Parts: sequence; C-alpha cells; structure tokens
Amino acid sequence: MTEQSARRFVSAKRRPKEDGRFITGAGHFVADINRPGMLHVALVTSPHPAARITTIDTSEAAALPGVVEILTGNVLAGEANPLANAVDTPGVKCYPLAVGVARYAGEWVAAVIAETRALAEDAAELVEVDYEPLDHVINAEEALEPTSPPVHAGHGSNILYRRTFTWGPVAEDFAGQPHELSFKLRWGRSAPVPVETFGVVAEWDTGTEILDVWASIQMPSYAEQIAGALRIPVNQVRAHYDVDVGGSYGVKRGIKHTVLAGFLARRLGRPIRLIEDRLENMVGGDMHGPDRHFNVAVAFDDDGLIRSMKLRVIEDVGGQTGRAPFQLGKPVSAIVGAYQINSVEYEAIAVSTNKTGQAAVRGFGMSPTNVAIETAVDKVATRLGLSRLEVRRRNFIRADQFPYLIPSGSEYDSGDYHTVFKMARDLAQFDVLLARRDAARREGKIAGIGIATCLEPGGGNSAFEPLLNPKNETTTWPESCVVKVDRTGGITATIATSTSGQGHETLAATIIGEELGIDPNDIRVVHSDTLSGMPGNTPVASRMAIMLGGAAAGAAKKIRDQAILIGAHNLGRTTDQVRYANGVVSAVDDPSQSLSLARIALISHREFHNMPPELTEPGMQAIHVLQVPKGGTLPTADGRVQMYPCYSFAAHIVYAEIDRLTGKVTLPDYCIAHDCGTVINPDIVRGMVIGGAAHGIGAALYEEFSYEPGGQLLSGTFVDYVMPSSHEIPDIKLAEHCTPSPLTSHGQKGVGEGGYLGAPAAVASAINDALSPFNIECLTLPMRASLLSDLLADQLAETES
Amino acid sequence: MTHAISVTINGVTRQAVVEPRQTLVDFLRDQLALTGTHVGCEHGVCGACSVLLDGEPIRSCLMFAVQADGHAITTVEGLREDDGTLGILQDSFWETHALQCGYCTPGMLIAGQDLLARNPDPSDEEIREAIAGNLCRCTGYVQIVDAIRLAGARMRQSPEGSGAENGDD
Repeated sequence: MTEQSARRFVSAKRRPKEDGRFITGAGHFVADINRPGMLHVALVTSPHPAARITTIDTSEAAALPGVVEILTGNVLAGEANPLANAVDTPGVKCYPLAVGVARYAGEWVAAVIAETRALAEDAAELVEVDYEPLDHVINAEEALEPTSPPVHAGHGSNILYRRTFTWGPVAEDFAGQPHELSFKLRWGRSAPVPVETFGVVAEWDTGTEILDVWASIQMPSYAEQIAGALRIPVNQVRAHYDVDVGGSYGVKRGIKHTVLAGFLARRLGRPIRLIEDRLENMVGGDMHGPDRHFNVAVAFDDDGLIRSMKLRVIEDVGGQTGRAPFQLGKPVSAIVGAYQINSVEYEAIAVSTNKTGQAAVRGFGMSPTNVAIETAVDKVATRLGLSRLEVRRRNFIRADQFPYLIPSGSEYDSGDYHTVFKMARDLAQFDVLLARRDAARREGKIAGIGIATCLEPGGGNSAFEPLLNPKNETTTWPESCVVKVDRTGGITATIATSTSGQGHETLAATIIGEELGIDPNDIRVVHSDTLSGMPGNTPVASRMAIMLGGAAAGAAKKIRDQAILIGAHNLGRTTDQVRYANGVVSAVDDPSQSLSLARIALISHREFHNMPPELTEPGMQAIHVLQVPKGGTLPTADGRVQMYPCYSFAAHIVYAEIDRLTGKVTLPDYCIAHDCGTVINPDIVRGMVIGGAAHGIGAALYEEFSYEPGGQLLSGTFVDYVMPSSHEIPDIKLAEHCTPSPLTSHGQKGVGEGGYLGAPAAVASAINDALSPFNIECLTLPMRASLLSDLLADQLAETES
Repeated sequence: MTHAISVTINGVTRQAVVEPRQTLVDFLRDQLALTGTHVGCEHGVCGACSVLLDGEPIRSCLMFAVQADGHAITTVEGLREDDGTLGILQDSFWETHALQCGYCTPGMLIAGQDLLARNPDPSDEEIREAIAGNLCRCTGYVQIVDAIRLAGARMRQSPEGSGAENGDD
C-alpha cells in the first residue's frame, strides 16, 4: 500500500474518465446498437394476476405484413430450460413467457417479432389470448397461509424459503433484561427504476455458432444463466461488457429478456432487439424491489443498552423467483448494525404472490432491515426518555474493538462510529437544529429531526448463496484486471464488467496510475466480453473499489516487478540496486543510469536477447484475479459466516417538516457524515453518497408499486410512480472521515450503497419525531403524503371528538 | 403514407421522409443516428429526450417528426463550441461530475443550456426549477446544480462563450 501522503492520484480531485463521452452524447448504450437485419420484439401480456391460458390465436397478427414470428411460452418451454432459481425450489419453473399459467398481471404471454418495433406493437394488439381466471393472492401474509392460492402449483406452497437463525443466547438475553419492546414495520415495494429501461440485442453467428449479446446489464453469472436456459455451452455465449448501462443500482438483471432474445436470434437467424418501453419495464420487467413485513423485538437495560434482538421478515418476491430470495441473506452480514447487540434471532421468509417479480436492489435487502434496526433504537430512546443520540453512542461498537465479530459470524474490519457520528452532529449543528424544530413546532408546524446510522458491507464473497441454499457452495466472488504495456510503453487495462455509472474506468486507471507512477489520463481502460475476459462478478454489493481496485493494484504491481527485473538486468544491477518511480527504473547509486517504461516495454516485446533469464515470456502483461479478502469459508451449521470483508459507516441527520393538510414532506436540511476508508475519487464518492441518499428519500417518501386487491399494478408510469425530482431532494451536505480498511490495496471500502442504506431510516426517524407530539407513529414506508395526511386527519378527528 | 420534411439539426438542414406516427426522438435516433438524445419514459415525464426546438426545450418523445418540419433543433451533439471544444456547460458538468451513468445527461444539459440562455445568473432555486422536469436516478441532483451554477459564473466571466478547456484533466 502506498502511504497516503505519498499518493499522487488516489484521493486527488480528478475528472472521471467516463464523463467525457456522456457530456457529448457519445456514450454507447444498448439502444444505440443497430445490427444489420435486426428484428424487434413487442410483448403480449396477461391482464390477469392469475389465469390459465386456454388458447392463443396468433393468426390475425401473423398475417400483418412485416411480422416475422410470434412465439408463445409452450414453444419456448419445449426447447429451453427454466430460468435458474436462487433457493432450492425445483418445483418452481419460470420461463421468459408464461407457460400454461400467467402468475401476475403484466407477465409476458407471447412475443411478437417484426421488422420494426412499431409493427411489432401493432401486431401484438391483434394476438388474441383466452384466459380462465384463477384465484390470486396479493398480500404476503395471506400468501403464507396453507389455504392461499398457490402461485407455483408445482412447489406445493407459496413459501419459497423459511428459516429461523439463532445467533447467541437470545432467550436468556431477553429474559435477563428489564425492558423489551416490539413493533411491526412495513417496507413497500419500490425499485431503483433507472431512467434507461432494460434492453438487449442478441445475434446468433451461424459461422462461429456464437451468441453475441449486448445488454444493459449488471448481472453476475450472466452468460452462464443464458447458456443454461438455452441449452448451449457457456462458451457459445459472448456477452459484451463495452455497453454503457444507463443506471442499474442492482436491478438490471434481464435474464428472461436475454433468454428470449437469444432464443429468437438462434431460431430466426437474425439479430433481435428487445428494448423495454416504460410500461413493460415497470409492469413486466421483473425489477421490483424488496416488499417486506417486519416484526421486530428488542431487549434492553435501564441505560438503553440493547442486549438482544428478534427480527422476523416476510419478503414478498412476487410471481417470478430468480435471485430475489437471496436479499434476505445480505442483512445477516450486518444484522446488528453499528451496535454491540449480543444475540439475534432472525426468521427469514420468502413468499410468492401474484405480483411482478423481484430483482436485486442497491444494498441487496439491507435498507429495509436498517429501517427496522434504527427504528428499534429510536424506540428504546423514547421508551427510556433518553436522547436518540445518546442511546446510539452507548450502543456503538467502539473504535478500540475492531476487528469486531458480530453474532452472525461476520467480522467488521475497521471503523470509528463515535467520531463519524459526532461529525454528523456537528455538521448538522444539532443544537441549532433542535431549537429550529422546537421553534417551528411553536409556530404550529409539524417538524422533526431524523437520526440514523448504517453499515455498508462491501466486496463480499456471495456467502448468502450457501447460507440460503446449502446445495450452493460458493465461497469466492473474484474480480480481475489485466494490465498490458504495449511496445511503445502505452498502458491498457482490461476489466471484465460493464459499468453503470460507478466510474470503474476511473477507478482502475487511478489505481494503476498510482502503482506505476503514470498519469491515469494516459491509461486506457477497456471492457472485455465474457469469452475474452477474466473471472468477474459485476459491480454488485459495493465491491468494485475493493475488488476491482485490488485486482488493478495487483496487476500493476506485477508489471512494476517485470519492469524492475528487465531494468535491473539492462542496467547491470541487481533488482535491489534499482528503484522504480514514475515510469522509470534507475540505479540507486547513479540515478542518471535509467530506463523508461517505454524502453523496457520494447525490450520485452522485441529484444529477447536483452531479457533477464528469469523472464521466459516476451511481452508485458499481467493478470491479477483477486480473491475476496477473508472469503473462502462455508457457513457453519447454525448459519454463521464471514459475508463481506469491508464495512463502511455513515450517519444521517435530517430535518423534516410535514404539511398538516396535505401531508407533504419537505426536507430543508440533510447532513451525512460517512467513512468509506480511503477515497479513490472524491467527486465520484460524493455523487454515490448523495445519489444513494436521494434514492433512499424516494423509497422512504414517494415511490411505490401499489397493487389494488384485484391484482392490478396501479403505478406503472412516472405519473403514478413518483421519482423524486430536484424539488424533492435537498442540498445534501457531507462530511468525510477515513478509517482505512486493513484488507484492501489502498484502504478503500465500498460506497455505492450507503446513502441508500441510511436515508430511509433517517427520513422515517424524522417523520416519527415530527408526529410524536400528536401521539401518532408511522411505520409504513413509503410514508407518502396521502398516508401522512390521513394519519393526521384521523388524529385531528379523534381530538375533536 | 409518408411525409417529406426539412429540419435544421445542429445548424445543418436535413431532408427526410417520415411516417406520420414517428416521434421526433425516434427520427433523431433512428434516421439521423443522433443517438445522444435518449428515450427514458416515452410519456413526457423524465426529460431524457429533451432537445431545443427553435431555442425552446421540448420533449422529443411527445412530438412527431412531421411537426418539426421547418424548425431548428439543437441536440446534445450540437452543444460543442464552433471550434469543437466542449461547451462551457458541458465542461462544467465534467468539472463537478454532474452525472454518473450519463443517461439523463443530454436532457439535463439541454435544460441547463436553456436556463443559462434566459438567465445568466440563476439562483440555486431557479436552477432546481429549471431541471425539475428532468429525472436523474444517479446523482441526487446536487452536483448538477453545482455544474449549472459554475457554468453560469464562467459564462459571465467569459461573455463570448468560449474558454472552456477541452482537456481530460
């Protein structure tokens, strides 16, 4: 690790490499790809939440000029395998198109392929499907009942996963405490909803027999899943990672879209383009996020020290399964938050309903759980009449306790929660804020201050896979980087993932530049495809700073070592008689004796007679595949495992006012202090923290995929599904602390999720502080204006009566 | 049934034949290969498809190509200076990192460009009002507000509208 003071590029303000193409309109998104002879797909969808498909009449649609093919689920299922399930549920079989039964309103029933998208849409309207409606279930708690209509009849019940974990002496800890409290909490269904919908272009090359895929994707094991469903070898799928992804935040998974497009490309021998329109994205894109019912209980002493916690979570994964149930797993990695809680009981239940399928969302299930934990802490303070700040301070893990092992088996690497919390308090001028709140209340306003903290686990080894599915023995989740020096000394790095706004090119170039002493602007970073590339797992789980950063550093160090060997040999010195600095190898005793990296690279590529004997391969390139720090271990029988190596921390303090009549919330002040270890690029980190918090504000106050009892989605457009605009997001202020991780190349940790993990809890805390003078509370997210307005109106009516 | 239209795009007059139902954004992207303008929602809410029509920002997903006949359109590809260097607003977006994935960015630039043309010294509130019709999921808008504020200051210092650096650092 280079010392912080000696760093030239890491942590310096530098313009991100990627931005140049985006500010000129020169990005390459999937919808910009145009292959010769490309056909277009439109989808026929089910109007029923549950129905048997009796007949599909395609004759009129097929007769329309320009229509090439109409594909139904039965044909597809005859030639393809079901999509992979995360948990062990062999009776659940999902395909890109409904087969026999539709399981939610909006599920794809048939695909129409035509010469243009407009023609395909015209024809889709002419496909006649007869349905026999079936009983449906929308509410997850009802879906748990054995009498509820089965969403996947082959599975036997709607419960896809259920396990109660007990870590530590929960019963004894509850019995031994003078206080306990419990509550229910609801996290409503929302999603990141990237401004770019999901899209894919697939092309089957009949000569090479390779399926080329360009997609707006952020999906681990993407090629493997496509190949598995299409019954072809993985090495016949080439997913291209040089496609710019217009936002993902977890949800750009697109497996069913890609399997469908890939299937059609092979079948028809022409490139297939499937770009969701907004309605297809919102209703049938299978990208809804967590939808949870919590029961929370905590046991604590007179000082507010929380000794034990019980969490029961019902996760409504909807009508498709995929990877969704795993989102119950990640919260295990920080199940006690920032607190010294001695024991935890965690009951995790994933249940099917007749709603749109669920995908991964930023934080992979942790943000809702953090609301549950932080709400519990607030309630402890209220119960004991203590300040919410003080209760947190008393419960925080102290800086001298790291590495700190939590009851569920993960060890937090480093942190200083008290210091960061104080920074947030100072940034927010908490006493001034209190005075402001109280003054506002005296003026009759409904005002509150929200306080929340969150842990952000990063760089994990996907340990939730074996934790929730014992047949899955994943204990690594590597990331790779290749660094090449061409014969003129030019440096090119290859990374094995697409990028969706996180700045991976900047990350790799900055770290390689740091290690080699070369200006990152002179380092080119390119994206591999899945056949030419190296092991990689996409930018999930706040992992790229840790994992790609480490891989890039590792590859760069190997290049530096090669340069030193070649340089020393040609300077007539031993390797410890030379030094490498800023792209030059020079003799320690006579720095005028030196060789540039360009000269060394030329020797390596062309002058084998000048190569040192220990280097037997010409050329200058290095690959580094980074194993997850502290990975490699399966869970214990009682479900304890090291899930993530690095733990970032943030504290949010927010001031909120609620309009008494309309319930509209404003957030005039929002402060975050955070610690993600060493910052690689300050502007990127700032954007991640603020953008994540804005995303969390949306989930806390505005965004909801609402269903009516008949099973219809009520919010399938941006008019009904309210994404926050620049009016809703305040000028969020940041303070930064750095506790380096001892486990990473430069002390960095993850930062992509923290804002989203903290904000919903902070906003919920503020709303409840504001409501507390009225003796009402709101434990349902999103806390939409209509909900708050109703609560206040009910309270007013009660007071008046 | 098709219509012949003539539209001036980024200063160049283009003749084309379009279907009456073709939207302006599809025309720009599919017929003219100006893919910098993005499609986000196709119902006029997200603002990703914003372009300037005779200097006014409009949603190109809500307008048919035939309606643009005889008008002048500016897209993100037309925001560079005449000498090819980055426009001041573009450069300011880079300076403050006012984007992440880049998908909403063309629309944001159009909104910002329009604001600064009307109001060279906007308050933060006015900036937020100007971009309130453009959704960004990545940034939380703060660095976009920073960028437009910075661009305003730079333009006021350099009224000729040049002076932006086209560097990558």
